[in-house]
Amino acid sequence: MRLPLFVAAGVLAAAVAGWSWFDPGKPAWSPAEAKLIASLSLSTLPKLPPDPSNAVGDDPAAAALGRALFFDTRLSGNGKVACASCHVPDRQFQDGTPLGTGMGQTNRRTMPIAGTAYSPWLFWDGRRDSQWAQALGPLESLVEHGADRMQIARLMAANYATEYEAVFGPLPEITALPEHATPLGTEAAKAAWTSLAERQRDDVNRVFANVGKAIAAFERTIEPRPTRFDAYADALVAGRDTAGLLTAVEVEGLRVFVGKGECTKCHNGPLFTDQHFHNTGVPAVAGLPEDRGRIVATAQVLADPFNCLGAYSDAGPAGCAELRYMDREGEDLIRAYKPPSLRGVAERAPYMHSGQIATLAAVLRHYNAAPAAPGGHSELRPMAMSEAELAALEAFLRTLSETPRMETSHDRPDRSHLALELRSITEIATGLSVPSFRRAAGFAD
Amino acid sequence: MPKSKSKSPLRLLWLLPVALIGVGGIGFAAMMQPPPADLDLSLTRATENGLYVGTLEPGVSPIPVGTIQAWTVAVTTPDGKPLEHADLWIVGGMPQHGHGLPTEPQVTEELGGGRYRVEGMKFNMPGWWTITLKVSSAAGTDSATFNLNLGG
Repeated sequence: MRLPLFVAAGVLAAAVAGWSWFDPGKPAWSPAEAKLIASLSLSTLPKLPPDPSNAVGDDPAAAALGRALFFDTRLSGNGKVACASCHVPDRQFQDGTPLGTGMGQTNRRTMPIAGTAYSPWLFWDGRRDSQWAQALGPLESLVEHGADRMQIARLMAANYATEYEAVFGPLPEITALPEHATPLGTEAAKAAWTSLAERQRDDVNRVFANVGKAIAAFERTIEPRPTRFDAYADALVAGRDTAGLLTAVEVEGLRVFVGKGECTKCHNGPLFTDQHFHNTGVPAVAGLPEDRGRIVATAQVLADPFNCLGAYSDAGPAGCAELRYMDREGEDLIRAYKPPSLRGVAERAPYMHSGQIATLAAVLRHYNAAPAAPGGHSELRPMAMSEAELAALEAFLRTLSETPRMETSHDRPDRSHLALELRSITEIATGLSVPSFRRAAGFAD
Repeated sequence: MPKSKSKSPLRLLWLLPVALIGVGGIGFAAMMQPPPADLDLSLTRATENGLYVGTLEPGVSPIPVGTIQAWTVAVTTPDGKPLEHADLWIVGGMPQHGHGLPTEPQVTEELGGGRYRVEGMKFNMPGWWTITLKVSSAAGTDSATFNLNLGG
């Protein structure tokens, strides 16, 4: 009498467990899980919308100029620092060190660029509201490029006049103005800035903003590319066989990611980020100034003359909804930082806004333990994930790297495409044109 | 050791799969955090003290996640007359996660006929959200809370 009960209960348990014990290649996903997995696929990323604040954002000539500027070390105080010095193209446009180093050392980890054109907020704390406004910050930071806007405007006139004027129209007459001037920076540069007429300051600001817009036009071409996870998610959505696309452990990691781990609370959508700001109890770094995160940045972005509502933006108020309706205050913004995209995360150690955590495994242990925040309140709570679950989660995160896809009967990788991807990195380094970079990287022209 | 004792655990073996179902079920419920099953998803609701009836009009279905949106809110008196020149406030959040909206929506225009344009609506993750509409006019101040269940 008891045997049928035992068998029946066993069958039911197996059904509840989704048959994955018996056939790890065909895990059953609940409708909610399947929907969540589908929402993470790169295939659901919409076509990049125009940036209303940057009229030249999709102008190939602006992107070509921006690419040249991105690699130009003359945009610095010592002639040695370019954007690419920290945003290294073959390292996902980041530098692999805890703190960025230009003319000095910053207090924050260099961020990757791919997909940031989709973000309403730039930097870890979102203190700028567009890629072009972001690009201007490091140029005048004394520990990054250490340049100033007058120096950069003069550089454009001396070395990029033709390219600049083809995109933005005539350069203003600035040759008689001081060599260096900025409202930020050194006392001498600030004094020189104060000595300028309002019209002259506006002229220089406009050239400076346009430099940012050209760099942003280049950065808009840097987009994430499909990963093994995307092949899996797309096969799942299409009802195709997913066998061989992810290993059993990676599938289990995905299960934790969309389920018990609650990772999609912050890392959701095809870029694996909600583009908002979260306090996750990341420790402070001894020796660095107090870092309050988003709570300070909201005032900074509102005061930024290069923001969406400012005089140098091409957007009207209707194009600036994110800035106008920004969440400005509240305890949840203290030590809150933007979740970076998890695409390519495995190759981007060290982690967190000041590189506080050295390895991906240690990051997962941090989320599992949920330590108290050094300021504000952590959104995390202890997860009680097992070592096996953490290992599976890490294995899943490693499927988010742009690697050659696994060969299956359904989805055979295009080797010529791979060769072109590899060549594109060389082209960036050797300075070939943006159209060729776009073609090589598989973008439609 | 009496033999009868060694049989006893075997007899209880059937409990193992049953226990697995139970534990699995609880674990699954906790991890997916489904909204309450009886969630009222109506976008037209009377305010708590019955002073007004509010309707949320997202203007797009399904409501997108991650995109800033402008909605229309319509307010009437209990007998269906449009409420003009009222003051409206919109707040929201995720009850299961303890956080608010990622934005501060504002009423930017009175459209006439008791309809108001609300800009700055945004949801930064799928799941159960609540939206509270507070209405103030000569009749008094009252509020209604709406439920949204946003897909992935």
